Amino acid sequence: MEKNNVKRADLVIIGGGPAGMSAAVAAYEKGLRDILILERDDALGGILRQCIHNGFGLHRFGEELTGPEYAYRYEKQVREYGIPFMLNTMVIDVDGNKVVTAMNRECGIFKVEAKAVILAMGCRERPKGALNIAGCRPAGIYTAGTAQKFVNMKGLMPGREVVILGSGDIGLIMARRMTLEGAKVKAVCELMPYSGGLARNIEQCLNDFDIPLLLSHTVVDIHGKERLSAVTIAKVDEGRRPIPGTETTIPCDTLLLSCGLIPENELTKASGIELDRITGGARVDGDRETDIPGIFACGNVLHVHDLVDYVSEESVIAGEAAVRYINGEKSHGMALKLVTDGKIRYTVPQRISSAEKTKVYFRVSNVYRDVKITVKAGDRVLLEKKKQKVAPGEMETVILTPDMLSSCDKDETLAFSLEDIKK
Amino acid sequence: MFDCVVIGAGVVGGLVARELTKYNLSVCIVEKDSDVAMGATRANSAIVHAGYDAKEGTLKAKLNVRGSEMMESVCSELGVKYRRNGSLVVGFNDEDAATLHSLIERGHKNGVKGLSFLEREELVRLEPNIGSTVSCALRAETGAIVCPYELCMAAVGNAMDNGCELKLGFRVEGIEEKDGVYRVSSSEETVEAKTVINCAGVYSDDIAALVGDDSFSVRPRRGEYMLLDKECGSLVGHTVFRCPSKMGKGVLVSPTVDGNLLLGPTAEDIDDKTDTSTTADGLARVASLAGNQVNGISFGKVITSFTGLRATGSTGDFIINSPKRGFINCAGIESPGLTSAPAIAVYVADMLKNDGFALEKNDSFNGTRRPSHYFRELSEDEKNEIIKQNPDYAQVICRCETVTAGEIIEAIRTNPKPTDVDGVKRRTRATMGRCQGGFCTPYIVEILAREMGVPVTDITKSGGRSYINVGKTDKGKM
Repeated sequence: MEKNNVKRADLVIIGGGPAGMSAAVAAYEKGLRDILILERDDALGGILRQCIHNGFGLHRFGEELTGPEYAYRYEKQVREYGIPFMLNTMVIDVDGNKVVTAMNRECGIFKVEAKAVILAMGCRERPKGALNIAGCRPAGIYTAGTAQKFVNMKGLMPGREVVILGSGDIGLIMARRMTLEGAKVKAVCELMPYSGGLARNIEQCLNDFDIPLLLSHTVVDIHGKERLSAVTIAKVDEGRRPIPGTETTIPCDTLLLSCGLIPENELTKASGIELDRITGGARVDGDRETDIPGIFACGNVLHVHDLVDYVSEESVIAGEAAVRYINGEKSHGMALKLVTDGKIRYTVPQRISSAEKTKVYFRVSNVYRDVKITVKAGDRVLLEKKKQKVAPGEMETVILTPDMLSSCDKDETLAFSLEDIKK
Repeated sequence: MFDCVVIGAGVVGGLVARELTKYNLSVCIVEKDSDVAMGATRANSAIVHAGYDAKEGTLKAKLNVRGSEMMESVCSELGVKYRRNGSLVVGFNDEDAATLHSLIERGHKNGVKGLSFLEREELVRLEPNIGSTVSCALRAETGAIVCPYELCMAAVGNAMDNGCELKLGFRVEGIEEKDGVYRVSSSEETVEAKTVINCAGVYSDDIAALVGDDSFSVRPRRGEYMLLDKECGSLVGHTVFRCPSKMGKGVLVSPTVDGNLLLGPTAEDIDDKTDTSTTADGLARVASLAGNQVNGISFGKVITSFTGLRATGSTGDFIINSPKRGFINCAGIESPGLTSAPAIAVYVADMLKNDGFALEKNDSFNGTRRPSHYFRELSEDEKNEIIKQNPDYAQVICRCETVTAGEIIEAIRTNPKPTDVDGVKRRTRATMGRCQGGFCTPYIVEILAREMGVPVTDITKSGGRSYINVGKTDKGKM
């Protein structure tokens, strides 16, 4: 242990998953050397370690990788560059002065005083309790990610006859995984009239295995005293309320929940950083800087992404900006505010503080066809982009060029909206 | 042969057993489940009632007030979290106000101190989030909150530390008495004792029937609850009840000692003594009633819901009697049973004395127990001292509640020892946070298997056949 258990680092990155590693590599490549990654698990890679399916890296590397392969590309770079990282290290506090408190077996509880901090803690799954499903509380109910960990990391089978609630991507992936492991996946129920997962996952994980996707359905009752014995499902109306008389009881020993992901922002909240009510992550500028100067956020802790490729892309922005901040080069020439119309649920970033090229990520609130995405500053249309179809499960992006941004007043509001294209 | 066998390891059985170890008596608790605190003790309102509720002159009134007075020191001896947050019974109209005044009067008769009547203005100063239509309240300063299963585990653990034996998975199926010796049997084992204390909760009528006592019955009354994230725990400081009226009893809205917000219960008489399922209707009812009493409850922050079964006796009062020499019933211990439990324990010991059993003081009795949550309350320096000795205390297993491997292993090795994931949860809070075990369950399964020396596939959620995993992966195709 160091004296007084206080360390120093220019940049502390909390989380050694795809976001944290991408940010670290980007910061290193911009010349920063005094970096420290703090990772709570026993290896780098984050949740990708248990995502043994392929489909990662198409945008970033132009090839299809498995999750561990994708993570290893970054881990290799981290190791080659000699970027320091500590494993099995849990961060328990980040304060507004960028003092990070963490604990591990070797150092006990210790502090790291940082010039800049990048939050890259990822997200977690919405648990059963949050869904408030009535019924018993037997064994056999897991989030899809917990089941994934059991099967892919621990070699354990959580069950043999499975119903999945929620058609998020992890649920779809686990429908296929459990089937390949010899389980019978009887149905995937989705509360909404559309799936929250990627179209390609519905094709490859459900349709290829004849697993029924029941849209506008939910689980209304859970049976079984010790281990789950059955679930009762029902159709829901437009207000997502179960329709009496549509109940069906499906015998099963396992219910997997894939009902959405929540950015893991307990540290962020405790440090007093302002959060976005819709994304559940910090509100940031184009550099992914939070409202506390020098604290940045990227990846799923900021907003839930559907492709890790975008996580890496966003984390490069944060990593490079952190270096500019440490070097005193970060510009705050503008204070543009981004607002949405409801059809577009949110944007990241939520504000823009310089006229540099900015890629804006956003999600829509429903499935819309033949629309155009419009960005206006006052009455001026800055940008229009036509789309045949947009859906909540697929993140959209637009790029605001330096020309567009420098044409704005420095505290103007940019309005993002979705408009029908009249045929 | 034991001097006393206590049937049921709930909060009443636990505290009775501990009380008996204060004397030179050999004591054994038999419990049908795989852990202690598995009945009503596990799922109730976690309230120490002031004592204005029970009708004057009843055993309930007497033991409630006495138990409420004892609770703080019992909790402090046993290292159990206790907070005197005070309670409020809120009214919505003149009729309610009259009822509240009569409750105050009853409280005075029962010997309850610190009761007062508040008009809305004063109430809002005390609780800014009180429901918009609430007009008045009874304030009971001695109302408190406690964690009931923590109290039970600590009581059983302390009893064991003082020599009491605990037999889990012991479902009593027969009791025979011959020449003053009771033979209490499960399907596999028989224990002999000079006295039997029936603390079997909703099953206490079935146990009494085994010695021919059918003078009462016990019916489960289902109560459904919702527990909210710690973010909501400070919405109210007091426990907020609704004034009983012809509109019903309402529910309580209360902080818990762990900082969550608890809503509930409903009250529904059912027949199945094992039915702890929640219902959509029940939970909707809890939400709607709670919303009238307190403003700003975010129902999106519910982290779990659960059902408790209160043991409602047929007489309307606690049934604590001795139908036969050496056999004592503690039955029908519904609300305020938790509050009364420490007083019930003393009452039972007195009954034995009065029945002529020799109760000599046990000079080696040590009534104190280290709090199970002592580690998390240490300073950073103190924690680092422990971590230096044992680095397991720096390895976080449950991220949401910051529970370390050291704390989990210690809990697994401490009486009464847990043998399943839920047992670890109730002792350490691991899995109890906002992710509800999503991340840490696989790690807890491994630690339990290692500590118990069994394969990981043997580990259950809550005993019996509640296996977490059904086997190993064997198909292994990509």
